[in-house]
Amino acid sequence: MQKILNWIDDRFPLTALWKSQVAEYYAPKNFNFWYFFGSLALVVLVMQILTGIFLTMSYKPDAARAFESVEYIMRDVAGGWFIRYAHSTGATAFFIVVYLHMFRALLYGSYRRPRELLWIVGCFIYLALMAEAFFGYLLPWGQMSYWGAQVIVNLFSAVPIIGDDLGTWIRGDYTISDVTLNRFFAFHVIAVPLVLLILVAVHLMALHEVGSNNPDGVEIKDTVDPVTGYPVDGIPFHPYYTVKDLVGVVVFLIFFSIVLFFWPAGGGYFIEADNFIPANPLQTPEHIAPVWYFTPYYAMLRAVPSFLNSQFWGVLVLGAAVVILFFLPWLDRGKVKSIRYRGSLYKGWLAAFVISFLILGYLGVVPVTVWGQFGEKIPVLGTADKATVVVRVLTVIYFLFFILMPWYTARDKTKAVPARVTG
Amino acid sequence: MGFMVLAATLNVSAAESGLRLEPAPARRLDVESLQRGARNFVNYCLNCHSAHYMRYNRLTDFAISEQEIRDNLMFATDKFGSTMTVAMPKADAAAWFGTAPPDLSVEARIRGKDWLYSYLLGFYWDEKTVTGWNNLVFNNVSMPHVLWKLSGVQRLIETEYEDEGKAEAAVIAAKGLALAERINDHKYVVKTLTQEASGTMRPVDYQAFVADLVNYLDYIAEPVRNERIYIGIGVLIYLGILLGFAYALKRAYWKDIH
Repeated sequence: MQKILNWIDDRFPLTALWKSQVAEYYAPKNFNFWYFFGSLALVVLVMQILTGIFLTMSYKPDAARAFESVEYIMRDVAGGWFIRYAHSTGATAFFIVVYLHMFRALLYGSYRRPRELLWIVGCFIYLALMAEAFFGYLLPWGQMSYWGAQVIVNLFSAVPIIGDDLGTWIRGDYTISDVTLNRFFAFHVIAVPLVLLILVAVHLMALHEVGSNNPDGVEIKDTVDPVTGYPVDGIPFHPYYTVKDLVGVVVFLIFFSIVLFFWPAGGGYFIEADNFIPANPLQTPEHIAPVWYFTPYYAMLRAVPSFLNSQFWGVLVLGAAVVILFFLPWLDRGKVKSIRYRGSLYKGWLAAFVISFLILGYLGVVPVTVWGQFGEKIPVLGTADKATVVVRVLTVIYFLFFILMPWYTARDKTKAVPARVTG
Repeated sequence: MGFMVLAATLNVSAAESGLRLEPAPARRLDVESLQRGARNFVNYCLNCHSAHYMRYNRLTDFAISEQEIRDNLMFATDKFGSTMTVAMPKADAAAWFGTAPPDLSVEARIRGKDWLYSYLLGFYWDEKTVTGWNNLVFNNVSMPHVLWKLSGVQRLIETEYEDEGKAEAAVIAAKGLALAERINDHKYVVKTLTQEASGTMRPVDYQAFVADLVNYLDYIAEPVRNERIYIGIGVLIYLGILLGFAYALKRAYWKDIH
């Protein structure tokens, strides 16, 4: 065995890679619950690719046959139902895991120096993931697939001057059609997954270059054992975090299996009821809503009124809401990294941000008329939908979390950060 | 007229505000009910409505043999593996009914069991429509009441209320389907149904007939459901045991880290 390993090592740095990336990669010993989600994201990515490959063996990317081929997978392909549900549940799971993974960064300042590039690569992964989910959702060719795609591509048509041509270029046609389905299939199956895999590799390389952050925001490389040269508060990733992440994966699989085997449609949120109606270009559904993970941004998009005869402002707000994430490392002027040592200003704003995001998500799912109107008697607000007004307020709070951050993080009364990690 | 506006929302159990649906009896595991439902579907529905994702050979899931299926349930084809298609061309159907009868393979996943159950119980005689039938759950539906001989004839009763609260109370108090509609701020109409002429079945038997049929439709929308739940229980037990071992392994490795 050793001889084979030597033969490989003479030609490829296998043992060196194993040591530097896993067996002798020292991570802080105080990782908590929030640190499971990176490895879980990788597990879900692999699972989506594997289930995706098997789905591609039976799926037909043709407008006349796509819907039928999905039902064929569900009924006639051996184990097809399991692969389909694993893929649809996996898509939802991917976003839950990624949102919690990003939230960890907000909690512990994992985007701060020297991890700014790590954060930026992560934001690109988030964008690629949203694109991947969007392209994938057209493939079952149901009513919600078709009309959801129609709405989102029309956003690009709202861009001034080049909008119409841009929309046609994306669709490959003047409306969502078989041509669009074919190219979205190509994007979803190979183009974006390649981009995702490359970005994830870069993400991990960037992480290993600077080392992981931890819940105390203390740089473990600052305190190094003079004999071994390794951080005193660090432990090798293997076996400690491989075995701990295994527990995390099993717990994740329990929740995942509960959904897959007992509740795969998720009450209409994971697989929407309207998507069991084959796409009909002549019949618009009463309520078009994207899948739940896009709904906070969708709520913002709907609530921005038309100015100067253009809907483009809503698109700008939606874009800004995502792009502003990229700037986080430079918006945060706090003296400490981790929320454990931050003052109440930051904690208050973070709470406001989270609550806004969650309520925006809810309001993106329901129709704008869900809470009715204020009533004609009230001036100014009278005829406006209550939900739209609330969304506008929450959108402002969302953006203020970022825009005011340089001010409130600098002024915040922080606590003293210890030199060594605590629990 | 027809299917122009699809009244489907994300929450399929209440297509209109103020419509209280009858809950369909849950009979997922009742094989005999599914057999009766298959019989009901093939005899009454399959003339116009296809179920082209459901194969005849899948009916063996209901503990009936191939010969029994061939003798009693296969009228349209000889091949045991073929799907439940109908001979009526879509263009002709659209011309005759205003819209083509939709394929019912996954209808239960679009509308939900309760909607389908209430829909089949909600037909009433209405002189103003083309077919003479209307439906409390799906207003101005193109479908005639195919099962009228079994159910008998129902009539619509409209009661006016000035107060929304009283109207809603009337909906709750009504036995069976009830729909409250708002005409304006001071006028609410509560629509209920009453049996005018009886059919060949008693109302309770007709409801059982419809329950079986809806049970069958629910089944064909996702034939693998019973199996998936059964496998799921096994998977969760396995994962629970695995969790115990994985956690013990973690604790063993981590006992020296503080």
